[in-house]
Amino acid sequence: MHARADASSEQGANWPDDIFAILQRFDVRQVPYVPDAGHSQLINRVLASSTMRGIPLTTEEEGVALLAGAWAGGQRGVLLMQSSGVGNCINMLSLTQIFRFPFLTLVTMRGEWGEFNPWQVPMGSSTQGIFELSGVRVLRATHPGEVREVMEAAASQAYNACTATALLLSQRLIGTKVFVK
Amino acid sequence: MSKANLLDRRAVVKTLLADRKDALVVGGLGATTYDLAAAGDHARNFSLWGAMGGAVMIGLGVALAQPKLPVVVITGDGEMLMGMGSLATVGLQKPTNLTIIVLDNECYGETGGQVSHTAAVADLVGVAKSCGIEDSRSLETMGEIEAFGKSLQDISAGPRFANVKIDSADVERVLSNRDGMFIITRFRGALGFAPI
Repeated sequence: MHARADASSEQGANWPDDIFAILQRFDVRQVPYVPDAGHSQLINRVLASSTMRGIPLTTEEEGVALLAGAWAGGQRGVLLMQSSGVGNCINMLSLTQIFRFPFLTLVTMRGEWGEFNPWQVPMGSSTQGIFELSGVRVLRATHPGEVREVMEAAASQAYNACTATALLLSQRLIGTKVFVK
Repeated sequence: MSKANLLDRRAVVKTLLADRKDALVVGGLGATTYDLAAAGDHARNFSLWGAMGGAVMIGLGVALAQPKLPVVVITGDGEMLMGMGSLATVGLQKPTNLTIIVLDNECYGETGGQVSHTAAVADLVGVAKSCGIEDSRSLETMGEIEAFGKSLQDISAGPRFANVKIDSADVERVLSNRDGMFIITRFRGALGFAPI
């Protein structure tokens, strides 16, 4: 098991709960995910929820297709993944332009801010560029105190304007993964 | 090459959907989308012209959102092979209203007929079963197809998976709508959802 450095004790330290509350308010029902430690608290809230359905995936692109189907069937969803999964989605992201459905993904970042593992750096470095080339708007939260506000904006433009949006949750925010003590 | 003991894809799809009632149908990219069009245009059809490997997941999203309606995914062996992990995702969710049907011609017909993995080694029924889709079977006669088509209406007994070995002979292309906004808006409209 790897411990994580304590994120912060400043305002908004419970930011995963802020995200959950906003998803609830926007009536999000399907929550596909590939696990990441940075998402663990949010995933636990989703799995304990009576209105949201947490859906574990074998690969991230499944979640893009799932959310297209969810919208076709009348439900909203959100895809949770880490930055290394974004590359797995590229072809499937074309669905967001073809169907202009309310696509929102929350991406925990690796490969930045004091990364220990060099294998995370290439994909972490191209995450934002890949989204932008794929027609997905990118917002970023770096500090706990701003998560609520940025998440509110991301959910609003995704669900109200059907504008495909990725919210990057920075490694500085989630805490650098600690491999050695 | 036409083989006498293999089923005709157009007859299979037409028979499966002959009495579809309110069923929602997702067609995987390639020839299955043409088969769906040949069986008759329908507001509850969701035809794919890309996103290879995504058909089953789109069907799962629809099935979870509309648990009281039968949801049917009809796709090909190549498309299914690309999204094989989605069978495990379906096996875990167990949506009882979802049925997946693979028209297996053991080749990539759209790109020149190159052989696929199902011609030699990949047993998709075995894969589906071992991913937790207990009702996984091969359909080999038109009688079985007809009976299976009726069973799609039972939304309490899925998920189901069926593999149908079909004739790989080329058939005429029957093009469906390919404008995504038209397809999804019409599909949602049939379910009572207005545009935003």
